Amino acid sequence: MHALAGLPTADALISAKPVDYVIIALYFVFVLGIGVMARRAVSDSIDFFLSGRSLPAWVTGLAFISANLGAVEIMGMSANGAELGISTVHYFWVGAIPAMLFLGVVMMPFYYGSKVRSVPEFMFRRFGTGAHLVNSISFAVAQLLIAGVNLYLLGSIVHALLGWPLWVALLVAAAIVLSYITLGGLSAAIYNEVLQFFVIVAALLPLTLIGLHRVGGYQGLKDKVTEFATSAPASAGVPSAEQQLHSWPGQALSGFDSPFWSVVGIVFGLGFVLSFGYWTTNFVEVQRAMASNSMSAARKTPIIGSFAKMFVPFLVIIPGMVAAVLVKEIGELKAGGTPPGGASGEGVKYNDSLLLLMRDILPNGLLGVAIAGLLAAFMAGMAANISAFNTVFSYDLWQRYIRKDHSDDYYLRIGRLATVGATVIAIFTATIASSFSNVMDYLQSLFGFFNAPLFATFILGMFWKRMTATAGWVGLTAGTLSAVLVAFLSEDGFGSASLGVIPLSGQGAAFVAASAAFVVDIVLSVGVSLVTEPKPSSELRGLVYSETPREELVDPQERTMPWFRRTLPLAGISLGLVIILNFLF
Amino acid sequence: MSDQHRLDAPDPDGKRGEKHTAGAFDIRNFIGALLGLYGLILLVMGIFGDQALQKTGGVNANLWAGIVLLLMSAFFFVWARIKPIVVPEHVEPVDDDPVRPAPKRRPTGS
Repeated sequence: MHALAGLPTADALISAKPVDYVIIALYFVFVLGIGVMARRAVSDSIDFFLSGRSLPAWVTGLAFISANLGAVEIMGMSANGAELGISTVHYFWVGAIPAMLFLGVVMMPFYYGSKVRSVPEFMFRRFGTGAHLVNSISFAVAQLLIAGVNLYLLGSIVHALLGWPLWVALLVAAAIVLSYITLGGLSAAIYNEVLQFFVIVAALLPLTLIGLHRVGGYQGLKDKVTEFATSAPASAGVPSAEQQLHSWPGQALSGFDSPFWSVVGIVFGLGFVLSFGYWTTNFVEVQRAMASNSMSAARKTPIIGSFAKMFVPFLVIIPGMVAAVLVKEIGELKAGGTPPGGASGEGVKYNDSLLLLMRDILPNGLLGVAIAGLLAAFMAGMAANISAFNTVFSYDLWQRYIRKDHSDDYYLRIGRLATVGATVIAIFTATIASSFSNVMDYLQSLFGFFNAPLFATFILGMFWKRMTATAGWVGLTAGTLSAVLVAFLSEDGFGSASLGVIPLSGQGAAFVAASAAFVVDIVLSVGVSLVTEPKPSSELRGLVYSETPREELVDPQERTMPWFRRTLPLAGISLGLVIILNFLF
Repeated sequence: MSDQHRLDAPDPDGKRGEKHTAGAFDIRNFIGALLGLYGLILLVMGIFGDQALQKTGGVNANLWAGIVLLLMSAFFFVWARIKPIVVPEHVEPVDDDPVRPAPKRRPTGS
């Protein structure tokens, strides 16, 4: 950690002590150690890419969540919590859980049962080359862009902690992620994700509890938020205490004035299109489930993940809200001020909430655990993007379109090269991400472009056997283009390049762009299907619901398990819990 | 239980099969070890270090976090010992699919 001590370290945000560095260093020893050991266990490319389908459900379930619990989730959601309050929970309870359950109950049997290695490969089976190519390329591009976001946030925290220049921080961060993926492949990435999950919890739980203790418990937090909202100047545009402390109707989040449209926007835009699009088709997530050891475990992966996901908001949003009333700089920012400093050195942003709270309330020791947790989370996100990218690149693009019929070793090598290439490209896409003032808006726009049309095509293709190959790629392309168009016409979907014709901004614009993509995709797919030739039913077995025998969609082993280890009862409990949570907050 | 150790990975359960399979080493021991080390460091910090009570609002946060981490660590070690992962003798290979222009998998890995 001190190897680069010669570099300027003047503006470090947090003063870590040797004990903190020991804790951080220990974490890296474990991460690289797992990589080295996993490497010995990698025997062929299937093992490398899908971990030989050998992992138990709780491992893949936690990896599933951890792959998603990256920088965006932690910094973005705590920033949202500080700015908007409790309605941020919609990203979890509406915007994730239902879709995760749907993935486990309905869609996973098709993915796991058809033994495809990637989501684009499923696309190929169902729709052939056109849709496959569109999907593979858009997925690969999206992963590189998102890996850039994670890398940027990772670099900025290293910058904030150690005061290294951002570019040095970026290079070091990229090198570490690269070494552990190339060392051990997906097994290492997944094992590290599980480890990361616990380190992240160990980092955030004390922060949340001490934070709540400092403001006088949850009641104290409510009082302070109310006091703040009433005393803040009107020009600051602070959401009312009512809006900050209740999840519904969530106008602060959607940016819609009408409570009714706000609920519609959140349920349809975020809850249905964006979230189902993200969770059910995003190969980064699905890949984790594909690495499990049975159909039952694959289906339970997202469901087990949903239990963890349900409680993540308490660990990220609550600290954000505490930061807004406890941390001096965040309070000033929220009241309309422009306090100097912050991780970027260009003034405090909401993204700094968690870091500043850590600085203010954690003793050295726990501070080290917290820093290790954040570094872990950011690497997890990026490693997940890169490992999904290299699977799609080597199998779906390289093998299918460029070099067919080579040995397993050959594709394994291509996979490793792709990892290196992707990491280098991510350094450049990180600079794109750094030009956006709010990475959350940027990411939601990306998801709208890539995931929403994909979900529309998938869901139609899975349940409507008449849908044709042509409809597959036409729908996907048109859906993506219409989302891009909406973002371009909105006020800030593309940052300063947007025209502002449609009066929408922030995450509301992303919801609308995603919805447009979904609707356009469905309409065009149906239209095109009606005038083109469908595939014969015999080729759709295992791919389309009506053509697949029911017994192929369930795991015969599952009947012998106790009820609490079966897919459907678990999904029911998860759904029940999340409904209760919605009523409570 | 611990009659058979391999040299290349920690495997206190000794239940790792002969087969060279990905994911054979038990993640629970890694989690237990890391959380345990963290717990130990925090415990020591909580007892001997600067408790920074003005930051935490009067709670010895390091001490409590250390104790909880040590308990978690013990839980993972015990779990790994009681229910070790049994690596199946034979992992079903993913079939070659005629639809996919994939290379033929060689019979014995690399």
